Amino acid sequence: MLAKMIEVRWHGRGGQGAKTAALLFAEAVLATGKYIQAFPEYGPERMGAPVQSFNRVSEDPITIHSGITNPNYVVILDPSLMESVSVTEGVGQNGKVIVNTSFSASEIAQKLGIDAGQVYVVNASQIAVETMGKDIPNTPMLGALVKVIGSLDIDSVLEDTKIKLTAKFRHKPEVIEGNLASIKRAFDEVKN
Amino acid sequence: MIKTVCSKGKLVAKTGNEVMAEAMRQIEPDVVAAYPITPATEIVQIFSQFVADGVVKSEYVAVESEHSAMSATIAASAAGARAMTGTSSQGLCLMWEMLYIASGLRLPIVMAEVNRAISAPINIHGDHSDTMGARDAGWIQIYSENSQEAYDNMIQAVKIAEKAKLPTLVTTDGFIISHCMEVVETYPDADVKAFIGKYEPERYLLDVKKPYTLGSIDLQDYYFEHRYQLAQAVRDAKDIVLDVSEDFKKTFGRKYDLCEKYMLDDAEIAVVVIGSTAGTVKAVVKELRERGIKAGFLKIRVYRPFPAEQIAKDLEHVKAVAVMDRADSCSGAFAPVYSDVVASLYAAGVTKPKVVNYVCGLGGREINTGHIAVVYETLGKIASGIEKPSNKVEYINVRIR
Repeated sequence: MLAKMIEVRWHGRGGQGAKTAALLFAEAVLATGKYIQAFPEYGPERMGAPVQSFNRVSEDPITIHSGITNPNYVVILDPSLMESVSVTEGVGQNGKVIVNTSFSASEIAQKLGIDAGQVYVVNASQIAVETMGKDIPNTPMLGALVKVIGSLDIDSVLEDTKIKLTAKFRHKPEVIEGNLASIKRAFDEVKN
Repeated sequence: MIKTVCSKGKLVAKTGNEVMAEAMRQIEPDVVAAYPITPATEIVQIFSQFVADGVVKSEYVAVESEHSAMSATIAASAAGARAMTGTSSQGLCLMWEMLYIASGLRLPIVMAEVNRAISAPINIHGDHSDTMGARDAGWIQIYSENSQEAYDNMIQAVKIAEKAKLPTLVTTDGFIISHCMEVVETYPDADVKAFIGKYEPERYLLDVKKPYTLGSIDLQDYYFEHRYQLAQAVRDAKDIVLDVSEDFKKTFGRKYDLCEKYMLDDAEIAVVVIGSTAGTVKAVVKELRERGIKAGFLKIRVYRPFPAEQIAKDLEHVKAVAVMDRADSCSGAFAPVYSDVVASLYAAGVTKPKVVNYVCGLGGREINTGHIAVVYETLGKIASGIEKPSNKVEYINVRIR
């Protein structure tokens, strides 16, 4: 409807931080001077259950308050969701899917039955383990999303995330550094 | 690039619940008594953290039910304190008898209310059944389209309640706004505090120099006069709401009214809604206008007092109107907002618009641009005489039969 508006859908499992990723992404994008929305889908709140969260980004005020059914970008935090959830629903021919996986874009495209040009891959779990010591793929995927969208400034995103994390983890500087490194690495490593 | 409206404003990304708690922190009432309930829990949870951290000097009373929450808030307000609470759905239901006592005693309590469906079946999502059920309770009701309005409405509500001597509730749509992070412009603490001013009640129970009786028995001799005064106070509150809006605009730059007109002045077809659906309707109207269709829209911000005269004036030239209610009052006839709108038109002698009633979005059911576009399409047919207006409630996005 509004050509300039970007809509994002995050797929994760309860506990993986899909909601947090959408909130962090929104805050970071606000820091770049754009209007944002972030909202989770509230269903059964069980650890491990498939969950979704959403973002809208626009140069103009966002007045729409309905769900997102035709996202421009889909971010998949847990590759096993591709087996059980219709992650490409409403994506269309121009939508892009970013997957946390060790497989190649063409292998994932074949699995999802969409064009290889629509698929981006990054091993966010490995990046998370190497930078933060834990498999929490949500922050690195944020970096991958910023790269694939292309029109967002990664430095503003990193700067804002640093401020947010500093407020939250004053006494754990290693958490802040690890998170920022993971975002930067996924930004650099995500590929088509 | 986003800019602030107020020169001293600050842009933050917050959810509806977070900004309502933020407004409460800035208002810093003397007493807050509350009991948690989804999806309003965060409001009082965040506020209780402010109390625990010593950020505010407010007294926080953790009670064992919403009935007690409203009772304690009433007691605090009667004693002379600026008192607030927050709730939703079943919580508001449990407050029921106390809601009427708060208004009957003319106590300026302010409540953050997150709109949620009512059981059974159990459902935690957004619709207006809870506050629509409380529409006759003598409370001022202000509905928020988004988080910015929720924040601004909370600040204005304090002043409105205290000037009108009426309890006032400010709502957001459950989850749709309460849990949606958006860009909100907040104002400096000192400016908010200066705007609401110090609470100086005319009379209060702890004023031992001027003792008075509150809540006494009132039979055939005076009850009617007191209830008349309450009804009249609600009618008079329209001007108070407008005065406070005017002050608010002067101080912070944002303009509010009882209703908001959107491309309505030359519209031939229009939708009337309350709450978060308003923003989605605006997106549809914008698109219809680009296609040359004379569509408009009216949002009711203040539902109690009901802006009857203003609505009749705003809609008198429109050929076909759809009132989309997010509550079904199970009246056997029509839903609440429709009934109020139609009565307002008829009383003002406005008979031109054909007015139809839709019920939508119960229990958080999706209401998107596609659903709204279909309503405008039907209105277009009614306006041009191709289709006869329905004489009963129609439903959007529900599986019937």
